[in-house]
Amino acid sequence: MTGIANVRELLTRNIRQSGIYIAFVAIIALFAILTDGTLLNPNNLTNIVLQYSYILILAIGMVIVIIGGHIDLSVGSVVALAGATAATMMIKQGQPWWVGVLSALAVGLLAGAWQGFWVAFVGIPAFITTLAGMLLFRGLTFRVLDNISLSPVPADYANIATGFQNGLLGGSGYDVFTLVIFAIAVAGYVFSEIRKRRAAIAYKQTVGATPLFITKLVIVAAVVMWFAWQLANYRGLPNVLIILAVLVIVYTVVTTRTVFGRHVYAIGGNLTAATLSGVKVKWVNFGIMLNMGLLAGVAGVVYSARSNGAQPSAGEMFELDAIAASFIGGAAVTGGVGRVTGAIVGGLIMAIMTNGMQLLGYEQSIQNIVKGLVLLLAVAFDVWNKRRAGAR
Amino acid sequence: MASNILEMRGISKEFPGVKALSDVELHVRDGEIHAICGENGAGKSTLMKVLSGVYPHGTYTGEIHYGGEEAKFGSINDSEEAGIVIIHQELALVPHLTVAENIFLGNETKGRLGLIDWNEANKRALDLMEQVGLHENPVTPVGQLGVGKQQLIEIAKALSKDVKLLILDEPTAALNDSDSEHLLGLLRTLKERGITSIMISHKLNEIEEIADRTTIIRDGESIETIDMSEPESTQDRIIRGMVGRDLEHRYPERIDHTIGEEIFRVENWTVHHPTQPDRVVVDGASFNVRAGEVVGIAGLMGAGRTELAMSIFGGTYGRGISGKVFKRGEEIKTRSVSEAIHHGIAYATEDRKKYGLNLIEDIRRNISAAALFKLTKSGFVNGNEELKVAEEYRSSMNIKTPSVLQLAGNLSGGNQQKVVLSKWMYTDADVLILDEPTRGIDVGAKYEIYTIVNKLAAQGKAVVIISSELPELMGTCDRIYTLAFGRITGCLDVAEATPESLMTLMTQERNAASREGADAEETH
Repeated sequence: MTGIANVRELLTRNIRQSGIYIAFVAIIALFAILTDGTLLNPNNLTNIVLQYSYILILAIGMVIVIIGGHIDLSVGSVVALAGATAATMMIKQGQPWWVGVLSALAVGLLAGAWQGFWVAFVGIPAFITTLAGMLLFRGLTFRVLDNISLSPVPADYANIATGFQNGLLGGSGYDVFTLVIFAIAVAGYVFSEIRKRRAAIAYKQTVGATPLFITKLVIVAAVVMWFAWQLANYRGLPNVLIILAVLVIVYTVVTTRTVFGRHVYAIGGNLTAATLSGVKVKWVNFGIMLNMGLLAGVAGVVYSARSNGAQPSAGEMFELDAIAASFIGGAAVTGGVGRVTGAIVGGLIMAIMTNGMQLLGYEQSIQNIVKGLVLLLAVAFDVWNKRRAGAR
Repeated sequence: MASNILEMRGISKEFPGVKALSDVELHVRDGEIHAICGENGAGKSTLMKVLSGVYPHGTYTGEIHYGGEEAKFGSINDSEEAGIVIIHQELALVPHLTVAENIFLGNETKGRLGLIDWNEANKRALDLMEQVGLHENPVTPVGQLGVGKQQLIEIAKALSKDVKLLILDEPTAALNDSDSEHLLGLLRTLKERGITSIMISHKLNEIEEIADRTTIIRDGESIETIDMSEPESTQDRIIRGMVGRDLEHRYPERIDHTIGEEIFRVENWTVHHPTQPDRVVVDGASFNVRAGEVVGIAGLMGAGRTELAMSIFGGTYGRGISGKVFKRGEEIKTRSVSEAIHHGIAYATEDRKKYGLNLIEDIRRNISAAALFKLTKSGFVNGNEELKVAEEYRSSMNIKTPSVLQLAGNLSGGNQQKVVLSKWMYTDADVLILDEPTRGIDVGAKYEIYTIVNKLAAQGKAVVIISSELPELMGTCDRIYTLAFGRITGCLDVAEATPESLMTLMTQERNAASREGADAEETH
């Protein structure tokens, strides 16, 4: 049935997904006004990206875990263990930076495989397995580090999290390279949106009205290029942002277009129906946990590079931020629903609230109270929304 | 004879769109054992729920007179207070609690300071267990006891509540012969003590043996109440009452009707219960289906129909599965679901909401769920092709929805079933096992489902329909196997089958079953 949907329909059709973008914009506006624009300063924007990158990386893995109907409480400890292993290899063993990176990723994969084994093949609920993992990997971190911090890491390694791509194409006072990369990204986005819309029309699906579609593209392009301009005016393109962008694109494709991604949604949505449709549930669960381990390894690299060393207590409470990001981003508590982009926006909402409140000089205690309430209300909204849909 | 302890007069109960009970009369005499018989879905359980207050006064019409007064139960607590206790087929015991704790659960006697005196409780439990003939330690966790003993604990629990009217829903369905014997003996003992029992059962010989009177319910109406002491009150008489409706034109004509070679054969299939390894759920079942043939499997609740299908379909039910499966004459293995799917076998589940569909996913992705491999190239799903496939099935199966992007949970039962069938047709299966394909959907949608079944058969596919509705099987099938207590007790051509002959085979018990089953196989 070909059809043109108006703004109202588009908003209400998926109130949960559109709700989060509206909330995102509202929160940015609120803190931009409260901080007299400091929030949106080039150097503050760069800071937010650097400071929360590892949470966002974890949130990508976590939302997949949650869609599959599980939870992972161990990621903070895995981040610490991966960072500790990398630092030990480089500082104590004198290995080059890339050995550090590979060893951290290997540790993440091993931790993921370990937990995947218990969850998928033995059938221990992920809550218990990863609660045990949280203690286990934290303990191992202390053993690896002999209870003390290790620093500094080689400059090349630190560069992963703190470096920028700047001046590659010149530019006076602003970085042309950053602008070019972002321009290519925007062009790619516009191109893929247009292709998607053409396909949708060809398959006789309902699409938004053309002016609305163009407006949306223009707004997205303008916001992204404004953000690029801000970055270019400061220190250029952070390396971390490149890592993050690659991960978001890869995992969006994995969740929406691969068989593995489909199977994750299927087992989270209805485990029995998935089993009876031939989904190899055990291997999918193993893959979910393995992937979470790998991403925790990546986050471990980024975090240890940023803090220029490894600490025994690194990464504490990271799991809670990642879980909160997923739920604020629209993942369902019962599994089967969620999006990688949603989790990223959820993580950014947390990041901007924290950063904004820090700029305003609020105490840690207030920050925790506000973040806690936001998480609760986001999930309450989800529950209310589902009940409303059920009553219809 | 004694007066009536219970009179349910003119009971009617409606659910949105369905009239579950219509003007039902149930009169139970004081101190008798009263059996209730009827097909699945006839309204027996609904009637008992009305009686026990699960459906409170006001949600049904009609009157309940209990012990000479009109009763208006607002909840199950009200009816229990009046001495009516219902024991469900699915036992409501907590497996990790002890026998005594279960007996007094929700009814704990408090001693000093409001605390429970467990010594006293265990002593009382022992006394109650004595009365039901259960010789166990009252501190044994219930989960360690067999189903038969658990059933006795339920009755002991009822006795602790000072029961006057005991209702048992299929009490012997899960029991072996000696446990059933013991239970029936206990009901007689309780009768001597003046406790009235209502027993819902499919086991007609048990009813013949123990019941004083039997009320037959069919399609939500009470048909008759038979006095079992009269000589003509035989099992045949009950069966006639249970099935006595005629086949109307509710089934589409089969147009192209050529039956070809055998496609699928199962030999000597035996399955054990997943948690009680010594209980045989399916016992040496053998059947076959030919191209273009629709074969029915008729069986009452608990006969092992779904268990038979699921154990064949990738071993998704049971343990200790043995037997052979043949596809076009060659033996195949169906150890996992994907193996079964790749051998062209499809199984559409009984409960489509629980086991068949992902309700929070859209129609498109539900249709592709079992055959994603057809849409996949090097790990990536072709979304455009997927949409095209979904649209094709939407029009060919007449799925009524504004868009295939609609969530499956928003569809009506009939349309959900069409999505499930689309999903399995898309796997290119040539053996389709449909478990209760029309349960809970309206007459119009049923007709559409039957039409689809005919179309599948006309395409040369082998279709197996599992159903407890005999008219449905007789209206759609070429041959009907009967399954009773885990055994195939017969196989009738639809031309020679009557509801009575099927029901006789469906209620046939073990010893008789093996004999007649062998006869039926020979004749075929």
